[in-house]
Amino acid sequence: MTIAEAGTVQTENPWHDFVTGPWTEAIDVRDFIQRNYTPYEGDASFLEGPTEKTLRVWDHLEKNYLSEERKRRVYDVDTHTPNDVDAFGPGYISEDDDVIVGLQTDVPLKRAMMPNGGWRMVETAIGEAGKEVDPRVKEIFTKYRKTHNEAVFDIYTPRIRAARSSHIITGLPDAYGRGRIIGDYRRVALYGVDKLIEWKQADKDKVADQPFSEHWARYREEHSEQIKALKKLKKMAAGYGFDISVPAKNAKEAVQWTYFGYLASVKSQDGAAMSIGRLSAFLDCYFERDLKAGLITESDAQEMIDAIVLKLRIVRFLRTIDYDQIFSGDPYWATWSDAGFGDDGRAMVTKTSFRLLQTLRNLGPAPEPNITIFWDKGLPKGYKDFCAAISIETSAIQYESDKDIRAHWGDDAAIACCVSPMRVGKQMQFFGARVNSAKALLYAINGGRDEMSGKLVAEGFEPVSGDGPLDFDDVWNRYEKMLDWVVGTYVEALNIIHYCHDRYAYEAIEMALHDSDIVRTLGCGIAGLSIVADSLSAIKYATVTPVRDETGLVVDYITEGDFPKYGNDDDRADEIASTVVHTIMSKIREIELYRDAIPTQSVLTITSNVVYGKATGSFPSGHEKGTPFAPGANPENGMDTHGMVASMLSVGKLDYNDALDGISLTNTITPTGLGRDKEEQVSNLVGILDAGFLPNDCNEY
Amino acid sequence: MTADTITPAGDNSFKSPARRLHGAGLDGITTEDLPRGARLEAMREGTVGSIHSWELVTAVDGPGTRMTVFFAGCPLRCQYCHNPDTFFMARGQLVAVEDMLKRVSRYRGVFNATGGGLTLSGGEVLMQAPFAARLLHGAKQRGIHTCIDTSGFLGASCTDEMLEDIDLVLLDVKAGDPDLYEEVTGRALAPTLAFGDRLAARGTQVWVRFVDVPGLTHDPANVAAVADIVAKWPNVTRTEVLGFHQMGRDKWHDLGLDYKLENTPAPTRDQLEATRDIFRSKGLTVY
Repeated sequence: MTIAEAGTVQTENPWHDFVTGPWTEAIDVRDFIQRNYTPYEGDASFLEGPTEKTLRVWDHLEKNYLSEERKRRVYDVDTHTPNDVDAFGPGYISEDDDVIVGLQTDVPLKRAMMPNGGWRMVETAIGEAGKEVDPRVKEIFTKYRKTHNEAVFDIYTPRIRAARSSHIITGLPDAYGRGRIIGDYRRVALYGVDKLIEWKQADKDKVADQPFSEHWARYREEHSEQIKALKKLKKMAAGYGFDISVPAKNAKEAVQWTYFGYLASVKSQDGAAMSIGRLSAFLDCYFERDLKAGLITESDAQEMIDAIVLKLRIVRFLRTIDYDQIFSGDPYWATWSDAGFGDDGRAMVTKTSFRLLQTLRNLGPAPEPNITIFWDKGLPKGYKDFCAAISIETSAIQYESDKDIRAHWGDDAAIACCVSPMRVGKQMQFFGARVNSAKALLYAINGGRDEMSGKLVAEGFEPVSGDGPLDFDDVWNRYEKMLDWVVGTYVEALNIIHYCHDRYAYEAIEMALHDSDIVRTLGCGIAGLSIVADSLSAIKYATVTPVRDETGLVVDYITEGDFPKYGNDDDRADEIASTVVHTIMSKIREIELYRDAIPTQSVLTITSNVVYGKATGSFPSGHEKGTPFAPGANPENGMDTHGMVASMLSVGKLDYNDALDGISLTNTITPTGLGRDKEEQVSNLVGILDAGFLPNDCNEY
Repeated sequence: MTADTITPAGDNSFKSPARRLHGAGLDGITTEDLPRGARLEAMREGTVGSIHSWELVTAVDGPGTRMTVFFAGCPLRCQYCHNPDTFFMARGQLVAVEDMLKRVSRYRGVFNATGGGLTLSGGEVLMQAPFAARLLHGAKQRGIHTCIDTSGFLGASCTDEMLEDIDLVLLDVKAGDPDLYEEVTGRALAPTLAFGDRLAARGTQVWVRFVDVPGLTHDPANVAAVADIVAKWPNVTRTEVLGFHQMGRDKWHDLGLDYKLENTPAPTRDQLEATRDIFRSKGLTVY
């Protein structure tokens, strides 16, 4: 078949040679994938290196933009054009940039304002980038257009303000985009935008006869917003010379259309995490079809994946220096989930799963996109070995348990941010930052007075009295009561925030790429778990005497004797940690949530542990005032003395049902710590990963 | 849970601690408290042992991920010991054999997944041979790969019955010349050679370990002497050359012991390679 002939065939039916099914009648990307993807059981030997063009574009980007950005933190800001899907005309990295195209603004790394979240953040960030605000834009967003941030503070209660300023609750998305929503960008490629508009219109019309209610009105209004956003998406793509009103006809278009969908969302939202979803098996269907037809070579396929990954590496948002500190840098979590198993027992590993990992060799290691592998011991060996080899070379892969994710969220789930799983296009999260569960323990002991400032923050509690050693049962009772206040205040804030975000900073394009009826989760989170667990363990197993200042405030502790520490696979301490997670989750569940969201919890303060630590006093565990917390569910630094695998097993005891939004354990392993040569390193790393994802085996005989 | 996590945009706020060489404490394992007479009797019987600590380690004490149990007490006083807190048996904690086996069994899943097992180290494991024998036998009964890490000085205490329960011996040959061996360890070389010969005769798999200490064991003549000894043992499947380091210095100070290598540097990469080349020249598989 010649290319011209193939072209003719394709214009007739973009879905030619695909196995049909329910996906052809209604949106069902999962069904399309399951019927059409080709599992790959082999090794990495088929892969190709970067093309000349890829290297030229990457080199141009590095020399002219990335190196400049590193020097001055922010490469450039457009201060005149609040961004939206179609606010900027087309932009390119260089003349060679023609494989997969599209930039957030007209120039690489140039950042744009998204003031719907709040004006103050934008103004501060512009100032910190050394630029002046445009008075006209400022007038619009301070005088005429109410922002999310303004609305939230109109509603906040006094107790929320007190908890915020004492830092028992920090990092709330009340002045920036919430993120954690993954549009199903594959829909753009599979169906084309016109079909998506048609279906959204039908969903909107479906309820036209129902009587007025606030829910009904919101549903109608949101659908109109979504349809407008889809039209802007078409317009934006047309600027680059593509008509995406129709389905993608080949692999290159499939990658391009999918990327346009994602690009539209990072042009219109600057959420804390803007993840891309689970693309490999989907795109692989197109690659396989084109490879079979002789339309492309392996090198072409790799070039396309390299090109989209390159674009995902240069997403930029206008952030403040404060924000960078909370999040330890400038992350945007373009998380790309891959591998795992389908419900039918076939591994969802395709050649494109390998191509994605290969980008880390072709373009060198980078933190974005955050490649996340759904790991299972049963994944094909060639793939497991390649993952381990790339991990050792680049330290740039994240692993999560496929079994746990699939059991709860099915086989077309993806991770938003670092660990939050959701069914793609069918579920979104109301991002909840996290509450300082460690500081809550100190509040319990001090009767709601802040141990740093001495101010009374939580009213109506009695402090521990007397100078004798702390009693475990007494402290636990006080902690439970204090958690009622802390969790209640925290969830109240989240309800307010998401109510306002939907009203004033609605993610129209992302939600246009979701079903009309979706599941919403409220992703609550906790910080400081290891400190609470160790401190309660110290109170229970050692002798802890409070030290008071002249006002009677407990500001330190004298701990005598040894106590079990979380992170050593010691059930005594690990059980305390699980109980804390379970107790907090139970308290969240008792509270009514905005938009009937399902509450979930995470233990993953990966990036804000320094900020939390700074705002918190000393603990019975020996954790010193003002020092960083361990990240996520990690054991306290230096308290785990039985090896990394033992700490993995401790963390593994936290019940996933109490932390459905994810649990993280951060470990650094040097390659030489894994074995004497590469082969041994690979096999040992595969072994550790397999061991870490084993079901709990507490059979001691 | 994420292992080997990478934090996008660089998580500079958290540095996990450098890999420790040894664990600390016996968390999760029941310890015993016996009066002196009963304690000595139980230790002779091997129903309890004096243990320094345990740790799950990878690629350090044998293949895969292993539970390494550090015995307390050692007859040698190696100048470069990085673990002098295991010198004294009296400083360990008493653990009953069944309690230790409970903990070992708990990790069968980990051992299976990683191709690992149990390693007895120390200290000197053969200083408490009866306890070691019971542990090794219990582990084998549970289908667990077993390994001992020893200087071989007390090789005579290792019965043939015990060797039946040992899959791999990590044999430390600290010097090749008897005088130097005594200078380094305070003890004689001959028992180690005899133990090595015995393992060779039985065909027990051995990995030899040699610590390269500049100014002490690094001398090419010494390395060649060690290599000649090892080359005679056909059951040695790998030789590991480990570089001396100063991570044990604080422990020597804390214990108030006289540390002779205060100013000894770690070997350079080139020095280590030179040592490995000498082993390689005798036809050995060297790491």
